[in-house]
This record gives sequence, C-alpha cells and structure tokens, in this order.
Amino acid sequence: MNIVVCIKQVPDTTKVKINPETNTLIREGVESIINPFDHYAIEEAVRLKEAHGGTVKVMTMGPPQAETALREAVSLGADEAYLVSDRAFAGSDTWSTAYTLAAAIRNLGDTDLILCGKQAIDGDTAQVGPSLADQLDIPFVAFVRKVRTITDTELVVERVFEEGYEVVQSPLPALITVVKEINEPRLPSLKGKMKAKKCEIVMVSRSELEVEDPYLGLDGSPTRVVKIFSPDLKRAGEKLEGEPQDIAEKLVRNLRDQKLI
Amino acid sequence: MDYFLTEEQQAIQEIARQIAEEKVVPVREELDEKEQFPAEIMEICGQSDLFGLAIPEEYGGFGGGVLETSLAVEELSKACLGVSVSFAATGLGCYPILLFGSDEQKQKYLPVLASGEQLAAFGLTEADAGSDAGGIRTTATKDGDSYILNGTKQWITNGGEAGIYTIIAITDRRKGPRGASSFIVEKGTPGFSFGKKEKKMGIRASATRELVFEDCRIPAENRLGREGMGFMVAMRTLDISRPGIAAQGVGVAQGALDVAVNYARERKQFGQTIISFQAVQHMLADMAIKTEAARAVTYSVARYIDSGAKDFSKMSAISKVLGADVAMQVTTDAVQVLGGYGYMREYPVEKMMRDAKILQIYEGTNQIQRNVIGAGLIKEYAQKK
Repeated sequence: MNIVVCIKQVPDTTKVKINPETNTLIREGVESIINPFDHYAIEEAVRLKEAHGGTVKVMTMGPPQAETALREAVSLGADEAYLVSDRAFAGSDTWSTAYTLAAAIRNLGDTDLILCGKQAIDGDTAQVGPSLADQLDIPFVAFVRKVRTITDTELVVERVFEEGYEVVQSPLPALITVVKEINEPRLPSLKGKMKAKKCEIVMVSRSELEVEDPYLGLDGSPTRVVKIFSPDLKRAGEKLEGEPQDIAEKLVRNLRDQKLI
Repeated sequence: MDYFLTEEQQAIQEIARQIAEEKVVPVREELDEKEQFPAEIMEICGQSDLFGLAIPEEYGGFGGGVLETSLAVEELSKACLGVSVSFAATGLGCYPILLFGSDEQKQKYLPVLASGEQLAAFGLTEADAGSDAGGIRTTATKDGDSYILNGTKQWITNGGEAGIYTIIAITDRRKGPRGASSFIVEKGTPGFSFGKKEKKMGIRASATRELVFEDCRIPAENRLGREGMGFMVAMRTLDISRPGIAAQGVGVAQGALDVAVNYARERKQFGQTIISFQAVQHMLADMAIKTEAARAVTYSVARYIDSGAKDFSKMSAISKVLGADVAMQVTTDAVQVLGGYGYMREYPVEKMMRDAKILQIYEGTNQIQRNVIGAGLIKEYAQKK
C-alpha cells in the first residue's frame, strides 16, 4: 500500500505571543513544529503500513527549513520525504497549495491513500486536504476518527460529527483528513531518529512539476488577505445571579423581552 | 556546555528528554502519591529503543555503552528518579548477562531486554547482607542438571515487575567469598515468589520487593560464568553500573536547579525578584557548580569505561559518591530557595529531595564507595614504589 502524508510546518502557537499594537503574531524566535493534527496523520499512516505493508511517503510544501519537519516525520516511521519548495510557490493560498501538491503527488506514481491532519493550527482553514482530493479527482472523507477496515480497493472509516459519527465507505485511491481521536502518536525511536538524520530529502521544484505559472504562488492564489485583526471582545454582558431556578426565569424573561424566543 | 557528544548520543538525549518532559513530568506527582509503577513509561522507553543502548547490535541493541546509558538516565532523572531507577535497574540486571553470559544466554535474554519486552532486576542484597555482601545466605544447591535455590533477597528494585532476574547465591559455603555463584532466574519459575512491596521515603514510583526462593529449581545452564564467580560478577556489575547512579544524581540536581532558577526569577519579595538578591544568586551558583562538576566527572568516567579500561573501580566509585552527594545538596538547597513553597507537595522539589537520598545509599553506600576509593589509592601508590 502506497501512502502519502501531507504535513505542514507551523509556528508553535502555544509559544507565540501577539503584538498588542499591530495585533499580529510575533513569529521571530518561535520554534517551528509539525502541525499537531498532522502527527495523527503520520501515526495512522505508519500503523497502516505496519499492519498491511507498503511505504509511507511524507510530503510538505514550504521553505527549505521545512526539512526539519520532514526529518521528524521520518523519525516517527515515514520511509521517504519530499520537500516541495520553490520561490515560485511562495505565498500560495490553500487552493494554489493544493494545486501544487497535487502535481507533486502525481509524480510519485501510484498512490492508494493520502492522509492529512484535519487542519493546520496557524491558518485553521481545513481546506488543503479536501481541495487536494478535488485536484486529484479522488474521493475524500474529512474528520476521520477511525479507520475500520482497508483493502487494496476500498476503505471504511468513521467520520466524526458534533452529534456522533457516520460510517463511510470509499473506493481507493482516496484522501482522508484525521482528527486527534484517531490514535495516540508515538514518540520517535532511536533507530528512527538515526534514520532521519541520514535520510535523503527529495527536493521538488517548479521545473519538475507539470503546473502552469498563473496558478502558482501569491499571484496564482485567488485569496486576497485584506486585513488581519483580533476581533473586539468588549461586548457588554449581563451576569445573572441567584438560585438556578431564579436565573433560568430571568434568562427566559430577558430572551422574551428581546424577542429572541 | 558542550561535551562533544556524537550525533547518536545527542539523539539519545533528545529522545529521553522528550519522554521525560511529555510522559513523565505530567504524571510524576501521581506516581509518587499512589506509589504506582510506571509500566506505561517503561513501554515507551522500549519502543524508543532506550533499553538496548548498552546491548550489542547482534543482540538487537544499539551497541553503545555506559555513556549512552548515563545520558538517557540523566534526562529521565531530571523528571523523576522513581522512573529513572525503574529504567536503570533493568540495565543493572542486564550487565551480569552482558559481561559474563555465554553466547546462548545472550541470545536467549538480551534481545527481549533490548526491546523492553522484559525488564530485568539484580538480586544481591539480603536482610543481613547489605554493605557486607559476604553475609548472603541464599543458597544454590546443585542437583543433577539443576540448581535448587533457597533464601530471600531484600529491597530488589523492579522486583515483581521484571521478567528476568540475575541472582547471587552461595554454592559452596566453605569457600567463603569464592563460594558464591550467579544465576539467571525467570519470573514464573515454580518456587520463586515475591514479598510485600516496600513503602519508601522516595523513588516511590519504583517497585521494591523481596524475592523469595523456596526449593526453586532452575536449569544448571542458567548459571552465569563458573561456580565461585558470583562475587566477581556482582562487583564487576556494580563497578560498571555506578556511573548510572552518578547520572541519576546529575539529572535530579539539574532538575532541581531548573525549578529553583525559574522560581527565583519570578518570586517577588521586598519589591523585587528574589534572584536579584546575592544570597539567592550564590546559592544557585553553588548548585550549578556542583551539578556541572558532577556531570563532567560522570561523563569522563563513563567514557573511560567505554574505552575498554579495566581498572575503573575507583573512578566509578568517585563518580557515584560525587553524583549522589551533589544530588542531596542541590535538591535540599532547591527546597530552601523555594522556601515554604518548596516544602509543599504542590512543587516538585520536595519530592526531588526525598528521592535524592537513596542515591547515597543504594548500589553501595557512599561510605562503602569511599572504602573502594581508599583501597584503590592504596593499590595505586603501592604500585608506584
């Protein structure tokens, strides 16, 4: 089974501070990590490989320093690593990223399954996974919490919702995005870590891909970021106090007065 | 400080540090409180290849030595000595097989120890045989192709949790110190059972039990080395494992120093952080001096042993004494820096102080170590003449 995991290197947002004047993230000096949701995708891929055989290829699109994220993925059990990196790709939005990744994945030959984390913790869009499936014209299931069964031709997964979950059957090749309930990622092993230090990172640049320039990078991205700001949270609130029964009565009265119920 | 570690050694540090920070720190208080064995953490250490550090590659290990083991032990000890001793005691139980085992014994036992599938333990101490190991009473009586073990080992780390035990027992009492032999005993062997779990002052996550042998029959092929080599096996094992105790000391001292410095940077009294007071700075400086000195000695001795040296008893004892004494002093001072908060269980330093005390006692008390160092001096200076 040929499995591809797409990961993203993100700033460790638990350590990021916000500049109170500009309301933007202070990224300087902040450690870069593998997007936490992608850890679950890597772990699931490695478990599927351990159970069914095959290879796990890990891929990321990003600047040259994203190599460290790929090496970490290898230390966690991935077999091969691909860094899609070129000045032409800089500034890509989710659509353009998916377009470029799709071309890079086509170059890998037959792929049975693609895994992604459900979303990245920096942009939080959850778009690249599904968009990538669309570009490759394969089915996708988002928010997978369990892979029930997998054969050479199909897989059955549980897709999680707020109210419960659905059981979804899909032919392969397919793409799934995973949530953190799916597994508990392992820590790197010494053998994995030594392999990661020595392994070759395959560089994939613009010239190796069958892509068209108008769709690449910032210029090829349909999204335009006009402004980034922190929403104003100074809404006036009213605190209801008293016994639970009194609070409930006051609340209902308030809502009725405002014709909300 | 750069100790010029190889890439492999740095990788070992990184892995052990990650386990310590992500898996040990969040649970250490609970493990201590409930006196609960860290089975899950031992499993993670196994998956991360840490149990195989000193085991040759041909037996499924990493092919490192004392330094590699010490680096892992130090990192785990920064978080919890109870966890790190559970890890290190497997190494201790492993060494007799590593040093004196036949190829068949190594083939049979080392791979399962390297993978962490089985833990090991070392059984020497008895109720009347502590510092005076010559006082052991457990006997191994030859009976055809077997030995029959009788007696009780006391305070055995990993007792009950380990699958493989290396035991020192008397095979011929008339021969005195040359009458002891060493054996491998597997958990589950009829006649081999465990006494109560001891309630301890510190390292409460670790399991300390009696090993009870009542007409326990083991195959003669489980004997390590020749009959009569028991004390040599024990002494050589302890010589080589002592830098591991030193590494425990360095680790817990560093852990305590880290907490103390961070606390002193934040705690305000008299309108300023307490680290701005020279009295506190000097305490922290002394803690740092001792910790770094102990680390330098530990790494040097570990490297010396790994270089193939034979005459390392004295240096090994020096590292153990220094590491253990430094750990006790530094953890005690860390409690002092934190003041009332340091004495509360809400902060980790009181546990570190309770834990550190054992380092001066086990694997040969610091007083016995000084005997070893003294004997080493006498020997060295006699040779010079």
